[in-house]
Parts: sequence; structure tokens; C-alpha cells
Amino acid sequence: MTTMLMSAVTTTNSVTAGDLRRRIWLVQLCFAAVALLACVCAPLIGPTTINLRRVFDPTIPFAQNVDAQIFFVARLPRALAGALVGASLAAAGVVLQAMLRNPLATPFTLGVSSGASLGAILVITLGLPLSLFGLPAVPIASFAGALTATAIVYGLATLQRGSLSTNVLLLAGVTLNSLFSAIILFVQYLADFSQSFQAVRWVMGNLDVSSYRPIMSAIPLMGISFAVFAKLPRALNLLSLGPDSAASRGVDVLRTQRLAFLSASLATGAAVSLGGPIGFIGIIIPHLVRLLVGADHRLVLPASACLGAGFLVVCDVAARTLLSPMELPVGVITAMLGGPFFLWLLVRNR
Amino acid sequence: MLLRADAVSFGYRARPVLHDVDLTVPRGGLVGVLGPNGSGKTTLLKLLAGVLTPTKGRITLEGKDTAKLDRTTLARYLAVVPQETQLTFDYTVLEIILMGRHPHLGTFELEGTTDLEIARRMLVATGTEALEQRMFRTLSGGEKQRVAIASALAQLEPPLSTDTRTPDGTRVLLLDEPTSSLDLAFQLEINDLLKHLNREQLATVIICTHDLNLAAGLCRDLVLLRDGRILAAGPTKSVLTAETVDAVYDVEAQVGLHPANHQLTVVPLARK
Repeated sequence: MTTMLMSAVTTTNSVTAGDLRRRIWLVQLCFAAVALLACVCAPLIGPTTINLRRVFDPTIPFAQNVDAQIFFVARLPRALAGALVGASLAAAGVVLQAMLRNPLATPFTLGVSSGASLGAILVITLGLPLSLFGLPAVPIASFAGALTATAIVYGLATLQRGSLSTNVLLLAGVTLNSLFSAIILFVQYLADFSQSFQAVRWVMGNLDVSSYRPIMSAIPLMGISFAVFAKLPRALNLLSLGPDSAASRGVDVLRTQRLAFLSASLATGAAVSLGGPIGFIGIIIPHLVRLLVGADHRLVLPASACLGAGFLVVCDVAARTLLSPMELPVGVITAMLGGPFFLWLLVRNR
Repeated sequence: MLLRADAVSFGYRARPVLHDVDLTVPRGGLVGVLGPNGSGKTTLLKLLAGVLTPTKGRITLEGKDTAKLDRTTLARYLAVVPQETQLTFDYTVLEIILMGRHPHLGTFELEGTTDLEIARRMLVATGTEALEQRMFRTLSGGEKQRVAIASALAQLEPPLSTDTRTPDGTRVLLLDEPTSSLDLAFQLEINDLLKHLNREQLATVIICTHDLNLAAGLCRDLVLLRDGRILAAGPTKSVLTAETVDAVYDVEAQVGLHPANHQLTVVPLARK
């Protein structure tokens, strides 16, 4: 798979416009296939073995088709949640990295994820009404928390004229993370035991979704953010050269920055409301993708979203099967993989 | 007049940077903006490029107020070459040059055959055609600057050579200290390239620099800035004198034609 992809995207000496076009479509197709494959295969794995042919057998009515019930009712929601969360976090990572011109920026390291967690936990533990003007309250609160964190980071970046040094960036992230964690602990301390237990499991990052309802309430926010992401790639390429360079090439810098930060917050908020603050997706995936397809955001952004989806679904399969029948929170798996990866990048970037 | 600044003033928040600057650049001009660090050269360049908007006065491109043109339109006529291009991610040379086509493309539009053809023409014009597939990061300083210039030229090229919307020749290249981070050989290389581009009428060139001798050898007209005010402006020979060097830099200098290349040369003697 990888070798095929590499040869398909390696450019020969005289590239034509058709080549560029084909390359973009081919890369998107390959990565979308990976995501799809993960989503279809993941529900087949579990304590009860099911048969894919029986699942999609139209001659058996759904009420009698146990395989289809297990596939669609018990396991598919979880795979879909994983795919949506993975795609959102990876894409948000790509956008933040380009905007802040720093390859170590991610929703997790900047404290955007913990801002989102705080928003969600406030709604959950304080028992606030679960819907706001007909909109689900948890994703909205997550979005508000993510936006607060992003606004702080954006403010810092503007003070330093567009480009945050890695030091400032990481320190700001650490500070925001511990600040939000402290408030989360404080809220939990005030909450009763069962609420607190729920919150602890949730904070670890968990895709324990057993119905389509939370997915449906996160999808509109993700949909909006991906619609905005789709407009950004060429501007992201230019902004990664610096705001002045981008402006002199005709990019409306302020508008693009605001749109990008807003949509990245929206995606992070929606992802966190669904799966908790699952870490490191936003850093592992964009880097792998850049190694495979180069730096052009028209390739990196969609490919990262797809690979992020596939990766998180696979991680979640590992989380629920490694110590079966016990289930690990998937955030533990991604952190164990992502932590060392992050340190390696930090050392390599010196 | 191609590009013109009328009584332009600018300040960052409370700190004024430029006062009542008047400047005219003719089509095909090769103008140097000289001055010590902090004299407002870069700010003037950003104002001319439309990246900043004057707090007073106005800048016109062929009679049109640039503040009223939208960013994309302006970017088709004015391109900036920064002092250094710092990449966060690893782009290829071709990708960098194609980025110049941004103002000519729709939001979801991909570069077409014309854009690639323009990119290749600019690679040839800047002598970088052999670098097309290289990673920008791996280039030497001089090569990077050539590629940055190629990208800016690609930005100024109308989609079709017979396009009637763009008056032929409205291509302004603004360069901010393009050679200050380069060693001597690369400085000469970029210098020759700019001369060539200007002579072949590929672009009107405005260049900011604090290198007096570079400007003296390259530019037909000079503008001398000090503390955000213009001290002298006009043809290089009449502007660059011992008196003006003293007035701008507080340095005693000898200015004359060098016997080796018959080029106007500034020899700094002592600080006053």
C-alpha cells in the first residue's frame, strides 16, 4: 500500500497540469480507502465473531440477522465516532500547524482540547440542561472552551507578530493545559462520586459510544468546520511562508486566520464532545502524511483527515481487544504512541 | 506614472514611522530606497505593496488608489520578494513558484497548463530550471533568492499573454534587502539578475537596501530616507553625493567613479 502510494506521488521531471490533478485525486482516493477500510473492518472484530457477508445479506430480515445487529447497532457507532474524532483532530492539527507556523502545534499541545474538555465537563457535572435552543449543549460547551483556548493562543501569536517560537508555544500549551485541568479537578471535587467517576473516564479520551445520538449531535459542527477547511488549503500554503508573504500574494490574512482558528476550534470542540481529549492524533498523523505526500496542504489536509480517521479507529480496536474483556480508554493508546513520537520530533527539530 | 505615493504618512499604533513621503516610480524604473536601519524603508515597501495602508496620504497604481483595490487584484500587479523565505514545511521549488499563481486562481481551482508554463518560463528567466524538483530547503542562499524572485514574477504574469484586463507591463517587483543575507558572489548574482529582468522589461523594480554601492551600481533612481522622511530623490548620480551620505548616515565619505568599473562608488571614511 505504502509503496504504491509513494510511487504514485513521486513526481517525474516534467510535471504537467494533468499530473498535478491526478496526484491530488489519487492521494485523496488512497487515503479515503484507508479510512473506509478501517471503518468496515473494525466492527467485525470483537468478542463475538461476525461474518461480513451475513451482515450485508439482504435475504435475512434485520430483526433476525444477529450479525447485522451487532455490526450496525453495537459496533458501527463506535467505529464512526472514532473516524469522526480522528479526522477532526488530525485536520485541526494541520490547520493550527500552518497558522502558527510551527509543526508542534496541535489541539492537544496548545491546550485547545483541555479547554474543550472543561466546557463539556461543566455541562455534564453541573447538570446543565442538555440542550440549548434545540442544539445539543455538550458540543456547544466544548466548542466554547476550545475557542477560549484558541483565542488565547491567537492573541499570543499576534503579539509576537505571527510566528510563535516553539518555546513560547509549548509553555503556553502547558500553562493552559494545567490551568484547565485544575478547573476540571475543582469542578469534579464539588461533584458527587458517580458524576466524578464518569468525568474521569471521559477525560482520558474514550470512544465508548453505544448509539448514534452523540454522533448526530457532533456531525453538524464537524460539517461546518470541514466546509471551512475545504476552502483553506492554498491559503495555508501561503500563510506557512509568513503573514506578510501571504498578504503580498493576495491572501486576506486576518479573515483567513479568523476562519481557520474558528473552524479548528469547532472541529476540536466537536471531537472532544464525542471522544474526550484524545491526544497526539493532531501531531502523529500530519507528520506521517507529510512524509508520504509532501507539504502541499491540498494533499496534507484531506489525507490527514482520512488517515486520522483510520488511525483512531484502529487504535480503538486495540484499546478494546488488547486486554479483553477489559477495555482501555483509547486516549491511553494514542498517548503511549504519540508521546515518544512528539519527543522524537522535538529533538529532531533542534 | 506607474506607482506613486502622495504625502504618505504611517505609524504603528502611537509610533510614527513615515512622514509625508512623496515618491514616483515610472514604468520600467529601477529605484533604490536607501537609508539606515529604522529609517522606514521596509515600512515604505509594505505600504507600496498594499500590505499596510497609509494613515495619511494615498498610494496610486496607474492612478488608482491601492487602498481601494482588493488584495487579489493588487497582488496581480505588485509582488514582494522578502529578505529571506523561511519555510515551516518542506516545499519543492516548483510548489514555491506555483504559490505565486494564487491571485490568479479561484478558491478551489488547481493550477492549469498555463500556470505551469508560466512557472517554467520564470524558472528559465531566473536561471533555476535545473532546480525545479529540488526541495527549497536544500538550496543555497543565492538559489533561494532566485526562486523567490521567480515566484514573484510568476505572480505578476497575466493568465494569458493577450489578456486585455492587465495593461501590459504593469509588473512591479518590490524587494526588501534581497542580498543582505547573501555572501559576495550571490550578491553579484542577484544584482545581475535584477538588472537583466529590468532591462528585458519583465518588471519595474523597487529595491530597499542599506548597501550604498549595490544601489549605486544597480539603480537608475534613488530615494534617501532618514527617520521616516525623504532627504533626497532623483537620478542616482545626482542623489548620491558626499553631502547626502553625510546627511543620511552621519558618515564622512568619498563618492566618485571607481577606476576599475567606472561605477559610482561610496567609500566611507569616518563617522562624524
